[in-house]
Amino acid sequence: MYLTMMQKTKVIEREEVVVRFSGDSGDGMQLTGSLFSNTSAVYGNDISTFPDFPSEIRAPQGTIGGVSGFQVHIGSGDVHTPGDQTDVLVAMNPAALKANGKFMKPGGILIVDIDSFDEKSIVKAGYQTEDPLAEEHLGDYYVIKVPITSLTKESLKEMGLDAKSILRSKNMFALGLVCWLFNRPLEYTQTYIRNKFAKKPQIVDANLKVLQDGYDYGMILEAVTPSYHIQPADIEKGFYRNLNGNTAVAWGFIAAAEKSGLELFLGSYPITPATEILQELSGRKDLGVKVFQAEDEIAGICSALGASFAGRLALTTTSGPGFALKAEAIGLAVMAELPLVIVDVQRGGPSTGLPTKTEQSDLFQALYGRNGESPAVVIVASTPVNCFDYAYMAAKIAVEHMTPVILLTDGFLANGTQPWRIPDLSEFPAIVPPLVHQKKDGWYAYARDAESLVRGWAVPGTPGLQHRIGGLEKDYFTGALSHDGPNHQKMVDTREAKVQKIADSLPPLEILGNEDADLLVIGWGGTFGHLHTAVARLNEQGYRVAQAHFHYINPMPLNTYEVLKRYKKIVVCELNLGQLAGYLRMKFPDIQYAQFNKVQGLPFTSAELVDNFKKMLED
Amino acid sequence: MQEASALTYTDFKSNQSVKWCPGCGDHAILNSVQKAMAELGYSQEEVAVISGIGCSSRFPYYMNAYGFHTIHGRASAVATGVKIANPELKVWQITGDGDALAIGGNHFIHAVRRNIDLNIILFNNQIYGLTKGQYSPTSKKGFVSKTSPFGTIENPFRPGELTIGARGHFFARTIDKELKLTVEVLKEAAKFSGASVVEVLQNCVIYNDRTHEVLTEKGFKEERTIVLRHGQPMLFGKDNDKGLMLDGLNLKVVKLGDNGITEKDILVHDAMNPDPSLHLKLANMEYPDYPVAMGVIRAVPYATYNAELVEQIEAVQAKSKIKSFKDLVFSGDVWEVK
Ligand SMILES: Cc1ncc(C[n+]2csc(CCOP(=O)(O)OP(=O)(O)O)c2C)c(N)n1
Ligand code: SF4
Ligand SMILES: [Mg+2]
Repeated sequence: MYLTMMQKTKVIEREEVVVRFSGDSGDGMQLTGSLFSNTSAVYGNDISTFPDFPSEIRAPQGTIGGVSGFQVHIGSGDVHTPGDQTDVLVAMNPAALKANGKFMKPGGILIVDIDSFDEKSIVKAGYQTEDPLAEEHLGDYYVIKVPITSLTKESLKEMGLDAKSILRSKNMFALGLVCWLFNRPLEYTQTYIRNKFAKKPQIVDANLKVLQDGYDYGMILEAVTPSYHIQPADIEKGFYRNLNGNTAVAWGFIAAAEKSGLELFLGSYPITPATEILQELSGRKDLGVKVFQAEDEIAGICSALGASFAGRLALTTTSGPGFALKAEAIGLAVMAELPLVIVDVQRGGPSTGLPTKTEQSDLFQALYGRNGESPAVVIVASTPVNCFDYAYMAAKIAVEHMTPVILLTDGFLANGTQPWRIPDLSEFPAIVPPLVHQKKDGWYAYARDAESLVRGWAVPGTPGLQHRIGGLEKDYFTGALSHDGPNHQKMVDTREAKVQKIADSLPPLEILGNEDADLLVIGWGGTFGHLHTAVARLNEQGYRVAQAHFHYINPMPLNTYEVLKRYKKIVVCELNLGQLAGYLRMKFPDIQYAQFNKVQGLPFTSAELVDNFKKMLED
Repeated sequence: MQEASALTYTDFKSNQSVKWCPGCGDHAILNSVQKAMAELGYSQEEVAVISGIGCSSRFPYYMNAYGFHTIHGRASAVATGVKIANPELKVWQITGDGDALAIGGNHFIHAVRRNIDLNIILFNNQIYGLTKGQYSPTSKKGFVSKTSPFGTIENPFRPGELTIGARGHFFARTIDKELKLTVEVLKEAAKFSGASVVEVLQNCVIYNDRTHEVLTEKGFKEERTIVLRHGQPMLFGKDNDKGLMLDGLNLKVVKLGDNGITEKDILVHDAMNPDPSLHLKLANMEYPDYPVAMGVIRAVPYATYNAELVEQIEAVQAKSKIKSFKDLVFSGDVWEVK
């Protein structure tokens, strides 16, 4: 209703905008950000989000270490990344400005809670002068100084709330204001507030009032401030919801369990940023998921392997340091030829490294981090929502090929959200476990399918199929223990061939962008969105750039070499020092690869990619 | 089950030839386990034997059952997964003193603490057999081995004490040579629902021969061990004329007839007492101060993790509206794009 009443000075039509909410970790910025994202998604925009938590749980208030941010990129076209720079920054205190000012786009809008810019807070944030706004060189920006704290207090003074509850509602004022700025209806947030605090009517009233007052405050500003309009995106019809990468992983396995008819078992130990998968599945007792929170990562994977032996869809989830602990048991899964999915949500390494930050840290660990010739399938997700699809595929391949599958995601995908078109399970391929139910003549535990080389899965409890497996080498023909040299060679070759055969059923490596290009940009995993945006931008500018993104790393798509061979210049872009590049050099040594690498705990920015690719094109 | 009860111990033998050293205590334990399973009326397909690495851990290969020879120290964790995944299976964990108490100590105590319904058979030869003779966490202080040429300077674990310390609800001890007792104890362990730890004192003829010999020596074993049975007085000795009493907070060995002591004064074994203090004292008795306790020392019924998990799942399912993947993905904030 306000929309029709208002006459705004300036409405900027934009295809996309990046908004970042930032404040102290107690300021409720994650909630504010996700409410705004969801509002936009429901409105019909495509979105991509990136929460940026402080790594310390209780960092001192008002310090840079305690700043919590939530960035959302909304657009009327496809949105592939949470955006490099922000058009609109909400800073609830000086520390938030200090931490995020550098990410602002010239000409953008900065909203600050001016009440919080007292001398003490300014010093605490690490500013040198008394005027942080000047210090940030914000000449080009619309700076909107709003006394958010005092307006919130004013708004609620009649409500009889305690001071703490009043201050807690500040974020709703900011949210109301940002909703005004983007012509966003408040219904979504209002419904959320009513449901969330259903048992506390006073809090409901307070939050609704502050939200509305924040929105109305926008009208006072309208003479000086532009507002934005972003058309709904043209997206596929269907039902949608927002989904982050970790939940997507959890749900992918739930889908695979239902589709295969196997009970789902997770053995895991908490570790950032993978813990949410464990938490989500722990809550899925309603769907019969068995979750075992083990005493460590080794027990996590070993219990899963036990469950796999017992005939279940077995899973273990972790991040880099925990993944290192699982190495020996992955080797056992290779040797025992049991299905098992290991999810590694990568984070900055080595050692404890940067627990809350993203990095493509573990490709080598996934490929090579075991003793002996120990081939495991390595699959990678590239967007928060396709974590669902690749989790499903990881389960399918593990079960159908009786092999461990390592699924790599990363901190960026895990916490990022996107709208997800809810699929029907019929859209997914069947999962057919190679279960053996009856003893046939000549059956033994390692008897293989001649084509796929996959052994049958005879599950304890099945009469007549008792057998023994383990980590010792076995005779190719009888499955009994064998130390024979030529037999070992045959078994090593067979296990490798079994994994390579999976390539026959993989989709080919796709070429995106301009196929007829001067430069091929290669990546894998969570960098997809930034690479894709950079490639699209260059093609718009008249350059000719192609993109190929790997989701299957072992085995690789069958057409990989043929694709690589077509391009004179190839650049492999990774958030590490060149692990995929090294792997490609080993596999296809006659091809030249340039590299673009970064290890700062942050995603690429599309801008830095564009600059770099331009240089390469001009060389 | 009718068919199953017809099985004899040979039905639990696999077609693999047994490769332990001649004279190794493991042979006898294998026979006892097979005998116990036959007497328990098991069918072969419902048994899963899970082991780690060590001489003893070769055990599954010799069993006509489902078997998984895993990696060093992790048998408890794998067995836990098997049992949780399929609580119908009879899961027997075979493990050595190194496998369970050194590299696998963490998994062992947690499996015990959680009371996973496993039969954990701990082969205690006080040595690393497979790696050819290094001291283990149960080797006595001062023990000379290849890696302790001047004697160890560490205190050993006592498996019973560790089990009880980890809040274990079942602990029993037996010795390889005593087939009858071993079969009896194994059957008790199998019937107990929860983590049953059975310490089997096992002789390694090659690297630690006769460590337990004082307890088996002809003519002396009755004086040096006491077989505990629930509800029976704690009597021992060739003539059953010695017994255990409490003297203040400590156990005391007494002789019937001395100072007017009669059978009535002797402690009666209560394996089902939830209070572990006396069980701990019994488990810790060492020769020559005391007879070494054999038999079921502690067996206190308690809810198992695997059963409670199933109950919890059923309770949640009875209440939840989410019955399928579809229900799940449509719960929460969903919007339609038309
Ligand atoms: C990860 C790992 N570390 C070390 C070993 C070597 N190793 C194999 S068995 C063993 C000790 C076995 O002792 P115990 O568990 O007492 O079994 P026993 O041979 O005495 O029956 C060792 C150290 C191994 N196989 N794996
Ligand atoms: S080395 Fe010792 S424990 Fe191992 S098989 Fe020989 S006697 Fe038995
Ligand atoms: Mg040993």
